[in-house]
Amino acid sequence: MEYFLQQLINGLTLGSIYGLIAIGYTMVYGIIGMINFAHGDVFMVGSVVSFIVLLGLGVTGGSGSFTIILALALVVIIAMLIAAVYNWTIERVAYRPLRGSFRLAPLISAIGMSIVLQEFVRIAQEGRPKPIQPIVTGGYEVMRRVSANGNDFVVKISNMQILIILSTIALMAIFTMLIQRTSLGRAQRACEQDQKMASLLGINVDRTISITFILGAALAAFAGMMFFLYYNVTDFFIGFLAGIKAFTAAVLGGIGSIPGAMLGGMVIGLIEVMWSAYFSVEYKDVAAFTILVIVLIFMPQGLLGKPEVEKV
Amino acid sequence: MSVAVKDTTSKAEVKTLDAFSLAKDLIGSAIITMLILTPIVALKTTMQQGVLFISGRWVLAAELTAAVVIGRLLIHLYTWYKSNVAANEVAPVKTVVKSASLSDKYGKYVAPALLIFALLLPMLSYGSPWGEKRTIDLAIYILTYIMLGWGLNVVVGLAGLLDLGYVAFYAVGAYAYALLSTVLFPYLFGPGILPWAFYITLPLAGLLAATWGIILGFPVLRLRGDYLAIVTLAFGEMIRLVLINWFSLTNGPQGIIVPKATFFGLPFKDEAGSFSAFFNIPYDRIHFYFFLYYLILALALVTYFVTKRLRRLPIGRAWEALREDEIACRSLGINTTTTKLTAFAIGAMFGGFAGSFFAARQGFVSPESFVYIESALILAIVVLGGLGSQIGIVFSAIAIMGSFEIFREMDFMKAVLPTGTEPIQFRMLAVGLAMVLMMRFRPRGFVTKREPTVFLKEKKSISGDMVAEGHG
Repeated sequence: MEYFLQQLINGLTLGSIYGLIAIGYTMVYGIIGMINFAHGDVFMVGSVVSFIVLLGLGVTGGSGSFTIILALALVVIIAMLIAAVYNWTIERVAYRPLRGSFRLAPLISAIGMSIVLQEFVRIAQEGRPKPIQPIVTGGYEVMRRVSANGNDFVVKISNMQILIILSTIALMAIFTMLIQRTSLGRAQRACEQDQKMASLLGINVDRTISITFILGAALAAFAGMMFFLYYNVTDFFIGFLAGIKAFTAAVLGGIGSIPGAMLGGMVIGLIEVMWSAYFSVEYKDVAAFTILVIVLIFMPQGLLGKPEVEKV
Repeated sequence: MSVAVKDTTSKAEVKTLDAFSLAKDLIGSAIITMLILTPIVALKTTMQQGVLFISGRWVLAAELTAAVVIGRLLIHLYTWYKSNVAANEVAPVKTVVKSASLSDKYGKYVAPALLIFALLLPMLSYGSPWGEKRTIDLAIYILTYIMLGWGLNVVVGLAGLLDLGYVAFYAVGAYAYALLSTVLFPYLFGPGILPWAFYITLPLAGLLAATWGIILGFPVLRLRGDYLAIVTLAFGEMIRLVLINWFSLTNGPQGIIVPKATFFGLPFKDEAGSFSAFFNIPYDRIHFYFFLYYLILALALVTYFVTKRLRRLPIGRAWEALREDEIACRSLGINTTTTKLTAFAIGAMFGGFAGSFFAARQGFVSPESFVYIESALILAIVVLGGLGSQIGIVFSAIAIMGSFEIFREMDFMKAVLPTGTEPIQFRMLAVGLAMVLMMRFRPRGFVTKREPTVFLKEKKSISGDMVAEGHG
């Protein structure tokens, strides 16, 4: 029971990160019907940028908690901004000119873009993993199982995990407000339903698509920073696996549905952690891929999505 | 959605060069470029004595920004110039019948010329400045990728199923050879079988890969386009992860040492009973390279001709119909299930042959060789060649793989590049950029002309513009 509780906490933390990335996939798919294959790499860029900025600021785990909070706030703003610029540029350079081209063209372009981002970061920042001393330290004891020989099993929740889960909830609340309540969100949803009609009604479709990419990238960058602070390491290759898993989350939740993406992320995070805890660590990625395959084959509309009807 | 349709018939509008908007655009692109470059390029993290610290590379970032701005300015000037010239000149009346272009006239000689060149290459290699061994080795390398490109072309180019996990079948072929030749055959037939292992395994490897093609193809039958791409990617990664982790069978990341290919049982060694002893010629390692070269050439040609013939059979025509429109296909009574599965199986089979060859050439297999980036590379070859065009794939494989070799040689680039970077590091960056630019400017690839497989009375080549999907 205690062991399970610990895994639950770990799984929800990981799931939050996946969920945040998945929103970028699901929104882009919802609005232009393509998989932004480079999205995982935008997450990686966010992670690497936050690492560099944090290193530049010279903050360590020993600094005062006020300094750390201030530094992290600065880092997250910069990382979100930079990642947004990246994704905006990608959309302008690699996707927008291809609208109306043949079916596979945007996807192939996206695959190319994903390679470009990975190689760009690898060449510019060297391929080695970038470790850092833990910045957010400490935690709370949730439960303790006392055993006779003194090896108590302690269920812990670290401050980092609390930070990840709480900030994800906060970010989701802000984001949902943005989509549900503002004119920007309305435009976004209108473009998702019918772009031609939306543009007839005076919505700038191109701008709305750009904003979708920017929002998705900002969330991914946030996830990237959290990922890096959680594991205390980042490198140029993290975007690949995290990207596939987040995409799995988006599909599992029902592609195009934002709450679905979050839910899917949680489920994927939990499954991955539970699989590592109870079966085998080596095959945790295989488990995630298997879920992707199973979901796509047996329930392509996902948990919260609508079935896609192909019109002739 | 605004679909940009290039209207060539109407008079082009005159673009004026407005200094203000031009300056705005240039400043905007400069800011964007700086934002992109500052954290990743200008601030470089370096590790010294286990401690990471940041060093500035502002000059490089500034140079790159300047390059982007100047490039942008040139694009603006070019479009302005073009639109002005087009407006001043009277638009020529478009002739309906195009005069026979160079490619129409000589296009049919390209394939035979290439074949003759390929057959003579070992003799020509003696004149190569790189020395014959290196030249032949490069040729073997390129031919392997041409063969893989042709195999993937069946799935992506003909059937229109974007497969991002093609390297899995390459891996199946290689490991089939490795495991059959080192474990199963010696157990069944004794060690005497080893020199012959390659010839017995080759068809089996192809068969196994084809079976895997069907096994992996079944679940993805209902998926289209991008979903299919992701699932095949996942399958590719799954096979690699299993190869890494199934230690008792595959020896994990350390890989397996396998016997190298032999000349019908005669090994290429300096000993009695070897190739050189049998033919009574002095031993030379180059013989092995020549043999491998003709072996992969033969395998590649088999791939080429089988695909070429298959395209004319009902199944090949069904593939191409499937690529254009799946619903129309189904309503015309084509069994899409078998059509897709055969495409997967045949594509996978060629991948398996190539994998088997790869193992017999290297004498070693490990999961390292079958990473996702290999799939992406093969896909890039197919895409750059022009999806569906077999000759195009030859050119793009030569261009990409040859350029990798040129990247290695480029000493002059080192003067331009920041210190500590080798030109060879930029090869995948170049491939990725090429994929993006190709989709942007020539989505139909290098070779845009297509020969129809079925025709009435007269064979006419179709321009890529005539085909709805863009790759006919």
